[in-house]
Amino acid sequence: MHPDDHGHEHGPDETPHTHPHPDVDPHAPLAESGTGQRAVRIGIGGPVGSGKTALVAALCRAMADDLRLAVVTNDIYTTEDADFLLRNGVLPAERIRAVETGCCPHTAIRDDISANLDAIEELEDSLGPLDVILVESGGDNLTATFSKGLIDKQIFVVDVAGGDKVPRKGGPGVTAADLLVINKTDLAPLVGADLAVMDRDATARRGALPTVFLSLVEDPSAKPVQEWIRGLM
Amino acid sequence: MKAQLLILADGRFPSGGHAHSGGLEAAVVRKRVSDLDSLRRFLIGRLYTSGLVGAAFAAAACADPGSMDGIDEELDARTPSPALRLASRRQGRSLWRAAAVVWPGPHVTKAGAVRKGLHQPVALGVVAEAAGCTPGESAAISAYHAVSGPASAAVRLLGLDPYQVHGLIAALGDDIDRVAQAATEAARGPAADLPAASSPLLDVSAEDHAAWEVRLFAS
Ligand SMILES: Nc1nc2c(ncn2[C@@H]2O[C@H](COP(=O)(O)OP(=O)(O)OP(=O)(O)O)[C@@H](O)[C@H]2O)c(=O)[nH]1
Ligand SMILES: [Mg+2]
Repeated sequence: MHPDDHGHEHGPDETPHTHPHPDVDPHAPLAESGTGQRAVRIGIGGPVGSGKTALVAALCRAMADDLRLAVVTNDIYTTEDADFLLRNGVLPAERIRAVETGCCPHTAIRDDISANLDAIEELEDSLGPLDVILVESGGDNLTATFSKGLIDKQIFVVDVAGGDKVPRKGGPGVTAADLLVINKTDLAPLVGADLAVMDRDATARRGALPTVFLSLVEDPSAKPVQEWIRGLM
Repeated sequence: MKAQLLILADGRFPSGGHAHSGGLEAAVVRKRVSDLDSLRRFLIGRLYTSGLVGAAFAAAACADPGSMDGIDEELDARTPSPALRLASRRQGRSLWRAAAVVWPGPHVTKAGAVRKGLHQPVALGVVAEAAGCTPGESAAISAYHAVSGPASAAVRLLGLDPYQVHGLIAALGDDIDRVAQAATEAARGPAADLPAASSPLLDVSAEDHAAWEVRLFAS
């Protein structure tokens, strides 16, 4: 229930109870968003295998020198993504947390975000102030998006290998994400995907919201995504 | 009818429970639960042991939320498995997060100061009191969740027919009522005398489960 939605008449004989105070914020740091008081939280979602973990790894490599970073992963099988990041040494282990999702990453990033908020709180408690926290959702489907109670901005990653129809199909990830990344452009000729079609459909679905094309094979520093994130700070 | 009670009991209430199977995942992977009948036996075992303890602690914390710290300590003493202690405290913390917005109040605020989280049943009692529920209602919610959590995990892990699983939960209704009743009565005494029924296999398999590399649920 939203604190603003509870207004009602009190009957004479009802059980005494309390109401949400409009000033109460269970994840208090959120109130300071954009004031430089706390990290910008960026959700990274998208279908299975589109390159979310590869993008997180690229961003960490490219930004860890000058920004204070941490990562939270939400995997279907516990720690696969976190293990990949650890194995590749993109960040020290204490900056990476894996959240268990009970088969449903989309529940943990949208409907019941508490485990993710716990993970963020623990990272901030143990590491001190941070600049950017990347929250990766386990690959789910085109409808999985992040709750605004968890993140400030979200990136949706699709790949050309999924077919150039994906932007046209839409869904909340494609239409409403703050940044749409169309990854693996190096594979476009191999799978017969037409990037111009994807660009046109993405613009039609997204209006003024930005879309970038990326190949992590050709651009391991994920330059356009990095620039977009730096632009938020 | 008490709407607040229904809101708190609703499986959709965002309190972190969806990521926990109540020991069911370990039981499924070790082939102890594979169908409706073995699920039924698992649920009964859980209800009358850790379910009873949880319900009694929920009732006790609801009756006297000011004593949450001492009650929490008593439940810690009844939770030998470190993995289950952690799972319980995480869920208590998650429940607090939701309650801090939905039913804020002095006791809920105090519970928030426990960064590692109160044990889930203790948090439930504190939150239930803030929501205007009675100790008996707190016990009923806790006993019901002791069954409904693993049952919904069974639907996901074993692909059991969801209608049949809910038929099973409904058939356990009298048992849930009985446990809630016993828990409410037990909670009238001092915290040190609260029930201490144990389920050693759940404790042992929780430790086993926590060490797996691949698992779907946090506990
Ligand atoms: N050719 C090519 N392969 C890529 C690119 N980006 C990622 N990959 C590969 O795609 C595969 C999947 O990438 P991941 O980063 O694991 O994808 P993910 O979205 O995190 O997958 P899930 O977490 O399982 O949903 C890996 O083998 C990557 O190496 C790219 O730009 N080009
Ligand atoms: Mg991944």
